[in-house]
Order: sequence, then C-alpha cells, then structure tokens
Amino acid sequence: MITGTPKPIEELLEMLEPYENIIVAGCFGCVTVCRVGGDKEVQVLSSTLRLAREAKGKNLQIREVCLERQCDPEYLELMRPYLEEYQAVLSIACGAGIQFLAEKFSKTPILPGINTGFLGVTERQGEWTERCQGCGDCVLHLTGGICPVTRCAKSIFHGPCGGSVEGKCEISKDVKCGWQLIIDRLKSLDQMENYGKIKPYKGWDSSRDGGPRRILREDMI
Amino acid sequence: MKSGSNLERVLSAGHFSVTAECGPPRGADPDVVREKAAYVKDNVDACNVTDNQTSVVRMSSLAGCMLVRETGVEPLIQMVVRDRNRIALQSDLLGASALGVRNLLCLSGDHQKFGDDPQAKNVFDIDSMQLIHMVKTMRDEGVFPSGEKLEGAPKFYIGCAVNPFADPYDIRVPRLKLKIDAGADFVQTQCIYNMETFIKYMEDAKKEGLHEKIKILAGVTPLKSAGMAKFMNRMVAGIDIPEAVIKRIADEPKEKQAEKGIEMCIEQIHELKEMEGIAGVHVMAIEWEEKLNEIIGGAGLLPRPVIE
Repeated sequence: MITGTPKPIEELLEMLEPYENIIVAGCFGCVTVCRVGGDKEVQVLSSTLRLAREAKGKNLQIREVCLERQCDPEYLELMRPYLEEYQAVLSIACGAGIQFLAEKFSKTPILPGINTGFLGVTERQGEWTERCQGCGDCVLHLTGGICPVTRCAKSIFHGPCGGSVEGKCEISKDVKCGWQLIIDRLKSLDQMENYGKIKPYKGWDSSRDGGPRRILREDMI
Repeated sequence: MKSGSNLERVLSAGHFSVTAECGPPRGADPDVVREKAAYVKDNVDACNVTDNQTSVVRMSSLAGCMLVRETGVEPLIQMVVRDRNRIALQSDLLGASALGVRNLLCLSGDHQKFGDDPQAKNVFDIDSMQLIHMVKTMRDEGVFPSGEKLEGAPKFYIGCAVNPFADPYDIRVPRLKLKIDAGADFVQTQCIYNMETFIKYMEDAKKEGLHEKIKILAGVTPLKSAGMAKFMNRMVAGIDIPEAVIKRIADEPKEKQAEKGIEMCIEQIHELKEMEGIAGVHVMAIEWEEKLNEIIGGAGLLPRPVIE
C-alpha cells in the first residue's frame, strides 16, 4: 500500500489561515489501511482543526467527506455538485489523490493534509516499512524476493557493501542490511549461483528518472 | 602494461609495493595537500587521494591528485559512486586520464548520512562493481558503455577495495572474485587489525586462486592511542580491532602509546610481507602522514624501487 504520515497541525492551520469554509476529504484506499487518511481520520482531524481555530477566535466550517478512492475520476466527480460552495479542499489521500483532485477541479485550491510516504507493508499496528520503489524493472526473482533497490541504502546490485555489520546497515542499527537478507534468503533457497554474476547497469529510465511515467494497456482501451 | 603507472610497473616486476593516502582538505588551500604529499614522497609507489570520505565535503579528488603529482608523487584517484551518475563518472574518468592520473580505486562511498549534508540526494546510479566494469570496458575496448567509440581510451590501473571484516563473512571472498571478474587489477583492503580473520580470508581467497588473479595490498592504519582504537572499534562500520590489540596499546602509558602504535604497525607489515599472496601494503596513516617514512622505513621497504 501507499503509506503516509499526518502533517503537523500547526502546518495545517497555517495553510488554512485564509479559509473559513472547507472540505476535508479522506480516501477509503491505502490511506485508510495505514490509518492516516480514512473516514475516521477525517472526523478526528476536522474536530481538531475546528477546536484549534475556535481557540484563536476564528471560525472554520468543515464538510467531512471520504471518497471510495481519490485516484479514480468517477469518485472525484461525486464532489463536483457541492464543491463550489467551499473555498478549499484539504485532502488526506496520498499525493496521487491530492493531485488528481487539483487536476479535476481547477478553480478550487487543493491542500495536502498528509505527507505521502512509500510503498510498504504493515509490520505490526503502528509500524510500516518500505518494500518497493516502483522502479519499473523488477528483479526479485534473482534476489530471493528481496529488493536491492529499496532495501539497500545504496541501492547496490552487488552487495553487501563494507558497511554491513551483524546484519545491520551502516546508516542505522534499526535498519536491516538488505543484502544480508538477500544472501540469507538465496542460501535458504539454494540459489547462491545468482550471487556470483555481474549484473548489467540498471536502466533507471523505467524509474522516475525517465520522467513522469505512464502505463498504457492497449488491451484495455 | 594496462596503464603504465608506476604502481603497475612495481607490482608487475614482483616487488612488494607500498601505497599511502592523502585526504584533501576541507577548503581550497592547496598547501595542505602539498605538505601531506611531501611526507609521502619517496616512501610509496602511489598515493591514494580520497573522494569526500565519510561523506564530508573536501577538495575534489582529481584536484588533490594534481597537487600530489606536482610534488612528485604518483597519484591514485579514488572515485565513489555516491555522488555522480554514470555520465559524470565517465566524464571524470576521461578528465583524470587526460591529466595523467593512471591509478584508480573504485568505491561505493560511505552513505551521505555520515557527513555534513545528510539531506543530500544520493546517486548510486551504478555500483562500485559496475564502475570497475565500466572503466575496464572503456580502457580495453575503447568504447563507452553505450557502445560509442572513444576518442582516446582512458588508461587506468584499476583498483577496488574489500573489507574482509564486514558481514556476512562467507560472501567476502566471492565478492572479491566478482570484482576480479568485473576487471579489477589490484585491491586495497580495509585496515587490518584482526590478523586471525585476515589469515582465514587469505586462505579462502587462495583456495580460489584469487591471489594469482589480482594484486592484493593489505591495508594498515597505525593506532595513535588506545582511545583511537576504542573509538574506531566502536564507531567505524566494518572495523574490527580485537581486545588483545587494544590491550597492547592501552597497557602503555599515554605518552608512549603513539610510539607503540607505530611499532605494532611495523610489526604487522613484517608479518604481512611474509604471507603468501600479499603483493603490497596500503598504509593509511590518517592525519599522521609525517610518520610514513618511519613506518615504511622501519618495515624495511625503503628505498622504493625505480622501474623504467
């Protein structure tokens, strides 16, 4: 899923300073799962903002909305009938959802309510970790199902580097060495022959480095 | 000759070679490099010039190499893949070769987290293994990795680094083998303090015949004090200083610890000289270049051979 973290309330209040009548828009997709932008978070955030503004003696009207997804146009359209009644939308969906809102509703300021994080997994309640950078050229079949681009702090293809100590990365004792994980897994799969090969330079053109990406599935159009 | 560098000539002639290193300053003062190089001169076959080590911004390695060479020392340019993509790396390789640098050390580079600019974007477009491969392709085939022909191939004696003390141990020798396959001519090891582990590493490397395929230069760093030993052991990733080594220097009174550190370093070089498969020693006297002559002379490695 796409993860995220809430923006500090002070930052949001500063952002909302010019407005008195807004929509707080959540999303039932990824951000609901990682508990940063769902229905419940819309309610809690809206209450917090109202109280904070009241304390400053300034009113803030909020319409609370949670869309099925903010990354699909048909759900965004559901907001169109009433959007003009509001001065701005504070979206707590991921960056994709926030931008799609902005694209669809050109006359309404769309504000980010969260900081979008990474493609990750839930380790346990309250802890998420990164797994994928969406580089567009998956090699997981060669690396024991563990991604060197994401799990190695240097994204190297022939690790581990000299900074790996007792399975931990040189950047922090809290970060596992991705290459130690790869090697442990290759050993348990009896696939160590994959280690002994020099891999071609990665083509980052399929990653964000190639410019904004598009997937076009002729079979579906 | 692949590069014709002095280091390559000395090693090819079968001599036990000596390299050292100069860290460029955190500023634009060229005299800092000149002063360090003056201590290095006549004591080594080539001198590494580091590339923003520990991710702390310093004068560029290529500029440092030029200053070192001006002093009469053969430079060895270190190049990390942390800060430059393949376009910049290729360009700098061509520039360094054009300016006469003939030795190269291909490295990953410490993560930028350790330096003054932890918020910097890291590049790692290619890794150090692929950098070795890229330089070899350019040198031996006269083409860019893209296949385009070069107007003059860069000439480098290609080096790599290994850390026999990093984890997991059982990947260390296979990883050296990969670097050889990629095209490395010589290797400089991380500072060795744990001789027991290093001997085991060499035995494993020799079983694969790696010592015959690459010139292995054993890395040493003289300890200035027991405090330095404890600090390095605790704080520097991949450094392994056994308790016995720390105790030996700690048992000396404080004012005699530096002298003891040098004595231990010389002793270690003697031991390394006797080991089969060790082609030379890389003496990293960090901010202690003035002791190089004493250490290298003390190890019986002076004068350095002159090979035409």
